[in-house]
Amino acid sequence: MTVTATTAAPARAGRRIPVLRGYRFELVKLLSQWRLRLLILAAWVVPAVLVSELSRQSSLPADTVFGRWMHATGWAGSLLVLGFVGTYALPLLTSVVAGDVFAAEDRLGTWRHLLVAIRSPRRIFAAKALASLTVIVLMVAGLACSSMAAVLVVGNRPLIGLDGHTLAPADAAGKVLLAWLCALAPTMALAAIGLLGSVTLGRSPMGLLLPALAGLAMAGAQILPLPVAVRAGLPSYGFIAWRGLFTSPMQLSPLLVAVAVSLVWAFAATALAYWLFLRRDFTNVSDDGLVRRTLTVGVLPLAVVYALTIGVLALSVPATTGSSIEQGKLQRSVSTVFAHLYRLQAQELHRPSVTEAQLRTSTFCDNGGGLVAPSGAGNGWRCTVTWHIPGVDATGQAIYQLAVTPDGRYIADGDGPVQVNGYFLVRTPAGGAANPLWQFDGTVDLLATKG
Amino acid sequence: MFICISVEREFRVLGSWIVRPLPSSPGADLRHLPDAVRKSTRKTTEKQESIDPDLAVRARGLTKTFGDVIALDGVDLDVAAGRIHGIVGPNGAGKTTLLGILLGLATTDSGSLEILGDPVRRALAAPDGVAGFVDGPGLYPSLTARRNLAAFAALRGRDARMAGIDEVLAEVGLTDVADDRVRGFSLGMRQRLGLAAALLTSPRLLVLDEPVNGLDPAGKNHVHRVLTRLAADGTAVVLSSHRMDDVDALSSEVTILSKGRVAFSGPVDKLRAESGDVAYRLVTSDPAAAREVALATAGVQLAGGPDQPGRPDGTGDGRRVSGDTLVVRATVTALDALVVRLVQAGIALRELAPVISPLEAAFLALTEPPEDER
Repeated sequence: MTVTATTAAPARAGRRIPVLRGYRFELVKLLSQWRLRLLILAAWVVPAVLVSELSRQSSLPADTVFGRWMHATGWAGSLLVLGFVGTYALPLLTSVVAGDVFAAEDRLGTWRHLLVAIRSPRRIFAAKALASLTVIVLMVAGLACSSMAAVLVVGNRPLIGLDGHTLAPADAAGKVLLAWLCALAPTMALAAIGLLGSVTLGRSPMGLLLPALAGLAMAGAQILPLPVAVRAGLPSYGFIAWRGLFTSPMQLSPLLVAVAVSLVWAFAATALAYWLFLRRDFTNVSDDGLVRRTLTVGVLPLAVVYALTIGVLALSVPATTGSSIEQGKLQRSVSTVFAHLYRLQAQELHRPSVTEAQLRTSTFCDNGGGLVAPSGAGNGWRCTVTWHIPGVDATGQAIYQLAVTPDGRYIADGDGPVQVNGYFLVRTPAGGAANPLWQFDGTVDLLATKG
Repeated sequence: MFICISVEREFRVLGSWIVRPLPSSPGADLRHLPDAVRKSTRKTTEKQESIDPDLAVRARGLTKTFGDVIALDGVDLDVAAGRIHGIVGPNGAGKTTLLGILLGLATTDSGSLEILGDPVRRALAAPDGVAGFVDGPGLYPSLTARRNLAAFAALRGRDARMAGIDEVLAEVGLTDVADDRVRGFSLGMRQRLGLAAALLTSPRLLVLDEPVNGLDPAGKNHVHRVLTRLAADGTAVVLSSHRMDDVDALSSEVTILSKGRVAFSGPVDKLRAESGDVAYRLVTSDPAAAREVALATAGVQLAGGPDQPGRPDGTGDGRRVSGDTLVVRATVTALDALVVRLVQAGIALRELAPVISPLEAAFLALTEPPEDER
């Protein structure tokens, strides 16, 4: 029997359901799950409770960026939460939402029902992607708003930036908000990886775990002594690049690169998930995932995107082929922070006002007592800060031990003299606080071209 | 009187019907069929090839493969509006694949398909007016029955309050559990809720995969009533089952699939009538005398006896029969004669029933390989 397939005749194809209706349908399904309801509730409540409790404690999480300023201003609490969720919470949240949005239909056996109802795999994909993104954004918004509850507890006071300069409350508020917005880009990249995992791995638990594992692995890569280009080529770089907003001038290059890289990953992973989804055979019951093609169609293209990103970064910023933590950058950064905080200390100790320019601060740093090359992360950095005291011919000197991490952040620990950088209490608008020059945070711009 | 009516109903023959040939190797593949069906199958009726405007489904030569597996091999199918058409076949026969194609879930490799009068392109989309489910209804356990239907109605752009949700829930007998989460529903309740979801769209072609699977008798009655009402209103219903009795209860026409090919397509009554001699179990007041009468009656063969297991070709169903039971193979005419002679001999006939239904016998004969190929 030979019968020719009908291909050209006009067909009265069924009316396809608008994406908006499919989007609402997906939202109803997502929000009907107790698991997601609890997560959304937690996102809106837990950070507020956390920062409120931390703000009341006498010992502060000084090892976390902005943690040491939690008694000084509520905005520090929000940034502390942002630093934490970027590493741990957002990979897990995106995995539960985006990593399950397609796999749930496999688990429930509802694909065919959905296809008959919506009639277009393209629209199903769009509706699911948008709905999962909405829920993720709702969670991120909850984390952001809830973390800002610290402002109600601690107060809407000035924030000390990562270069020691003081941000007015309104400026701090704007930049905290901007930092949260920037964190959406890497979150979208994780969500897209979640979609890809959900499409390719179907009901396999790996589909759910993929974005969580990928997010945690990428976060781990940021603290490893890898070349900067290798780390900046990952979406997780966006969860630390926002720190550049809190310096003056702002370190915008890392932030822009991080946002761009995250969007490239988000687009590539979404496009791959879309491509794979449209090629799925929904009449084949055993075809609940495309495991065999995961490596070739899912992972390999992303690896190529990653390699290209690394190449572009390495070519455009040669310093990124190494650690990009150099003696010159570190010295300049320490001088800047010290000058700003010296001025702050003078105010808090009710000493005569002094400007950074008058101090003419300079710093000399060596690594490992000069026995190690003066570059790279590590705890062997020792810096001697020299400054001029206005109206006095003499210069002052203070010594700091630095713990520098591969992401460019460092903690400077005062090593004398105690009158300058020892531990003692000062009076601040928030009450008693540790001497600001005793320990402070700083950051170097890893994408800066000149050392 | 009751017995005679029953026998007559079993063998009532209706009018026109279609038997489609197996697409290839017809001689080899038809060897195991009952004589009448085999003869009829070879007489391919070409009169149905002309386009019938009342056909809800017109498929010709549908072929679908999954890698090396041929799911459908040149399948023809006609389903008229207002009829309930059963698709029956053993596991792996291609039923779900065929239903999936009708629902727009898959495209064929070759062949032509018209649904509700329109050619179906090679695209994953069903035309308007088609609803149903395959491999069970798609329901979301975290939603209540009503919420499932409301979300489905909203998807179709209908106001949940005006969509007739209460009406369809009542029609399938789920009003009492309308606000319960589907998570706690039994398989039968899910089946009925899936049917309710399909009803919301007022379909002109309803495609259901195993719709009575898991249903209790009351649930089957509900589904039966709903489908009968739909058919009476002009909706074409295509349903699948691997059980002939389900199809017999619901369908007026049947297509039997075997290994992706059409082994039979036509009215259920025709299949029943053409299924050849069928084994019957007789319970009489005097089994020994009844046996003598049966042996003396032309056209009647003793097919089994006390403690003799049956055979799957219709002479038995694998169950043992008791000492007062006689199993005979006979045509309707011969069976009528036997009943008359038993009565004339003063032997009371207490029970007369097919060992297995004629449809089941025909189904087994059409779908099971002949003994020499087993």
